[in-house]
Amino acid sequence: MKESAGKVLALTWKDILSEMRTKEIITSIAAFALLVIVVVSLALDPSERTSAVAAGVLWIAFTFAGVLGLGRSFVMEKDKGCLQGLMLCPVDRAVIYFGKMLSTVIFMLVVEAIILPVFVILLDQPRFPPQLVLIAVLATVGFAAVGTLFSALSVNTKAREVMLPLLFLPVASPVIIAAIEASSLALAGEPWSEIVSWLGVMVAFDVIFLAVSPLVFEFVLEE
Amino acid sequence: MQILKQNILSTSALFALLFVTMTAALFLVFVYVPTEATMGIVQRIFYFHVPLAWVAFIAFGIVFLGSILYLRSSNRKWDRLAHSSAEIGMVFTTLVLITGPIWAKPVWGVWWTWDARLTTTFLLWFVYLGYLLVSSFASDESQGARYSAVIGIIGFLDVPIVALAIVLWSTQHPEPVMSESGGLTGSMLLTLMVSLAAFTLLFAYLLIHRVSLATAADEVRRLRQFADERDYDG
Repeated sequence: MKESAGKVLALTWKDILSEMRTKEIITSIAAFALLVIVVVSLALDPSERTSAVAAGVLWIAFTFAGVLGLGRSFVMEKDKGCLQGLMLCPVDRAVIYFGKMLSTVIFMLVVEAIILPVFVILLDQPRFPPQLVLIAVLATVGFAAVGTLFSALSVNTKAREVMLPLLFLPVASPVIIAAIEASSLALAGEPWSEIVSWLGVMVAFDVIFLAVSPLVFEFVLEE
Repeated sequence: MQILKQNILSTSALFALLFVTMTAALFLVFVYVPTEATMGIVQRIFYFHVPLAWVAFIAFGIVFLGSILYLRSSNRKWDRLAHSSAEIGMVFTTLVLITGPIWAKPVWGVWWTWDARLTTTFLLWFVYLGYLLVSSFASDESQGARYSAVIGIIGFLDVPIVALAIVLWSTQHPEPVMSESGGLTGSMLLTLMVSLAAFTLLFAYLLIHRVSLATAADEVRRLRQFADERDYDG
């Protein structure tokens, strides 16, 4: 158990190291998320910047940025022929899954940490509720739990850029709904007790897919 | 050819039963059952709408089981079963999504409302669209079968969470007032039950034929491959 945790961290560290050298993923995704916020805001009247609308804008940005990041996660490996090397590693397939999932979570959380304050300013929100941090963490883990699986799957298909969002968005819809609703309540200044049921939905999603995805992951990587 | 012939004979009994039940269902729906008092004639679509949804759910359940069995055994027959069931389920779900608005417009005054059941069904439709697309976008057959099996499992497990999230979500949003039918009277219940039986038989009949078609297609592909290899050798 301890040994596989070490292997997972080694795989994650490999991704972090390559990201620190190229800074490809984080910069491009953060820029994209910001751009989504700007573009969606163009459609909004200043009077419409309510907490409910702002929460929607925020999660549209994070969801699409997430799809982009998830896609990169395996496209990068595949294009440079690293996927073969990864599969030759003397580790369980589940270790590869958790390694990639963890690095995706870390990259997305970095992007979200950059975007959140900017979002609060751009959409003129009166407060920055601490609940947003927990919501972002739970939603990001959920995204990465199914997203890593679908990313590995779609990278081997034709039309992979289309396949990933087509598979990912409907399956991730409970997380998207829960994140939007919880953020909307938090931005409106509601207490923790109001958002508990939404956090529960995200926790259930995270637990179920963190348990099931590694089991089926080996069938996705099998060559 | 022999396979197909056998299949037609063995399903002819099923077909006879389906024919009788479906005719009875049509008679009950259009002639026997009284017109519902508040909703009027359009309510008769209910006797198609509900059985279609029921069959779609059975179909996706079979996809789930077939997918698990395929991944465990790598036996192509489970993939053929799952894939055939997904195709039929997709057709039935599409029909649910079409009959729903036809019923909703005169009764609720809107074609579509983001109500829990509607939204869940719509999202489910997308999940199985992905299922069917993946096998056609895969680079080879066994890869397509494996990938779609993964989606068949993940997608089905997702259904309860989607439903939970959407029930929570839709209770927080105001909706058009929906007149809930306060229980079904005897004749309506009878009609619904016969219609349910008829559509379940229809599903079984379609599934058997779709699977035998897929089996025949696999067989042809195998023979062609065999012939090609012999050509190279000769």
